[in-house]
Amino acid sequence: MRTETLPKDIALPKRDAEDQGASLWSDAWHRLARNRLAIAGLWILGGLSFLCFLGPLSRSLPVAIRPVGLSYSYAEQNLDSRVMPPSAWHWLGTDQLGRDLLSRILFGGRVSLMVGLCATAVSLTIGVIYGAVAGYLGGKLDTVMMRIVDILYSLPLALFVILLMVFVGRSLLLIFVAIGAVEWLTMARIVRGQVLSLRKQEFIEAAIALGLRKRRILLRHIIPNVLGPVIVYATLTVPGVMLLEAFLSFLGLGVQPPMSSWGSLIKEGADWMEDAPWILTSAGAVFSLALFSLNFLGDGLRDALDVRAAKD
Amino acid sequence: MPLLQVENLRTFFHTRNGVVRAVNGVSFAIQKGETLGIVGESGSGKSVTGYSMLGLIPQPPGRIESGRALFDGVDLLSCSKKELQKIRGKRISMIFQDPMTSLNPYLRIVDQLIEPLLIHDRTDRNVALEMAVQMLKHVGIQDADTRIQCYPHEFSGGMRQRVMIAMALITRPDLLIADEPTTALDVTVQAQILELIKKMQDELGMAVILISHDLGVVSGFCDRVLVMYAGQIMESAGTDDLFYRPLHPYNQALQKSRPALQTKGAELYTIRGLPPDLSKTIAGCPFAPRCEHANDECGRSETGLREIEPLHHTACVRVQKGNLKLG
Repeated sequence: MRTETLPKDIALPKRDAEDQGASLWSDAWHRLARNRLAIAGLWILGGLSFLCFLGPLSRSLPVAIRPVGLSYSYAEQNLDSRVMPPSAWHWLGTDQLGRDLLSRILFGGRVSLMVGLCATAVSLTIGVIYGAVAGYLGGKLDTVMMRIVDILYSLPLALFVILLMVFVGRSLLLIFVAIGAVEWLTMARIVRGQVLSLRKQEFIEAAIALGLRKRRILLRHIIPNVLGPVIVYATLTVPGVMLLEAFLSFLGLGVQPPMSSWGSLIKEGADWMEDAPWILTSAGAVFSLALFSLNFLGDGLRDALDVRAAKD
Repeated sequence: MPLLQVENLRTFFHTRNGVVRAVNGVSFAIQKGETLGIVGESGSGKSVTGYSMLGLIPQPPGRIESGRALFDGVDLLSCSKKELQKIRGKRISMIFQDPMTSLNPYLRIVDQLIEPLLIHDRTDRNVALEMAVQMLKHVGIQDADTRIQCYPHEFSGGMRQRVMIAMALITRPDLLIADEPTTALDVTVQAQILELIKKMQDELGMAVILISHDLGVVSGFCDRVLVMYAGQIMESAGTDDLFYRPLHPYNQALQKSRPALQTKGAELYTIRGLPPDLSKTIAGCPFAPRCEHANDECGRSETGLREIEPLHHTACVRVQKGNLKLG
């Protein structure tokens, strides 16, 4: 807390309770907390992650206290109970191989959420740094850097990912990296555009006049100013990445059975729509819920991070 | 030795429509503790002069074609970036025109205020904080210890300009360049800000270059004034001499155009014509086409500042030769 570092003889800021935050981030948090939709989104995402990551662990609980619906493995096949509608034993029903759908959705959630977060983090890091450097330094370097982006853009996405997978081999981690490596292009363009207009702002000129080095200006004055659009775009990237993962799984390049992801479950559900509509409905419902939550959270974050729009 | 000596500064902008000669052969000097005014209309090159000295000209399209700016033995125009970085913000500070856009909206006032201290003096954060609060009190911000935690958007224009001044002066510079510090403010605040700069100048003993297009502001504030037109200095003199005994027709016309000096109801005096297009070469005196006293000679002969009376320089060829008496 910055306020604590003030000398003792200086009175601490007297601001109302909800403004006690000492940094941009805690201020933003207070504003976010007032946005009900965003908070609801945050809770839902938190709940989903909790269920996905901890739910399957309940299998190791003693039989007496573990919920019957959570006692299956995502890969366990039971050909006697194929394509069963939701029941007391299989809360969300089973699929064509008799695997418990709830377990598969929870396991698939792990993969989908991880892909979404990791790939977005990868694309965020590469994109923001690349775009900010190109935009701020400008000149020939900018031209070269952005032409590279253009070239990568023009490669068909699937081809690019397939090439990556062929060269590096196939693993879950690679999916994260491969998707992130494709998604950063748009991020870099957005950031570069923002930086180009920021660079001409007077406060950047003032920062140069104060004797700041380029690195400090970039990190302290430019990047915080592009965070708003970046975060909004990032929250849109997460669902995009999840869909891309579903697409890759469909092509046989992503998650392989018996592993599941929300995308692959939806695809499976679509194949069995007539005989087992519950697969598509439940997988689709969970996926949509996650996407909605992400969007509301993104909206809330954008408003919260824009200090100028704050009305306090 | 003067604190800052600028010799033959020429800053051109290489645009698609040709080379714009924004500053074309400007020379002046400023002593320690002195207040120098630079006046001129929009596009006369007064701001570019200030920007050039601190390396703030965007390159390209801008380019400093020639000149030297000796500050304490260091040529600001040719020294290394590292050296320049050590000087700007530490020994030479700048205040910008628009306080609404010269503060980073995403950083608290406190973080921006102590930044120069942290990077130039490596001051301890707590010490810097205390200095920042003191400085903010000094520039007349009420409840400085509370307000310092605010964001720029929570401040009014006048208060932001006070913050800018605090930020510029917190490292106790030897020279302050104020680029139209009051243009974006309303009249009552203007006077307060000028008073504040004057007060701080007396306390810190720094030299000030005040860039302005407002003759009133300059007359009450500066020891010496340069009048710029089309990237060149037309006249340079002590403030009183400049205002009461102009030695250049442009300056004389400027004085005549001041509404405050004219009788009520009378038609206001204006200088006919427009400033020249700086992307074309100008032969002779740039003011000649608009000058009431111009003759053939003015469009041809080479112009340059010459001392006509003690410490009073003019670029008017006819005055220099003694065949034009103004006033």
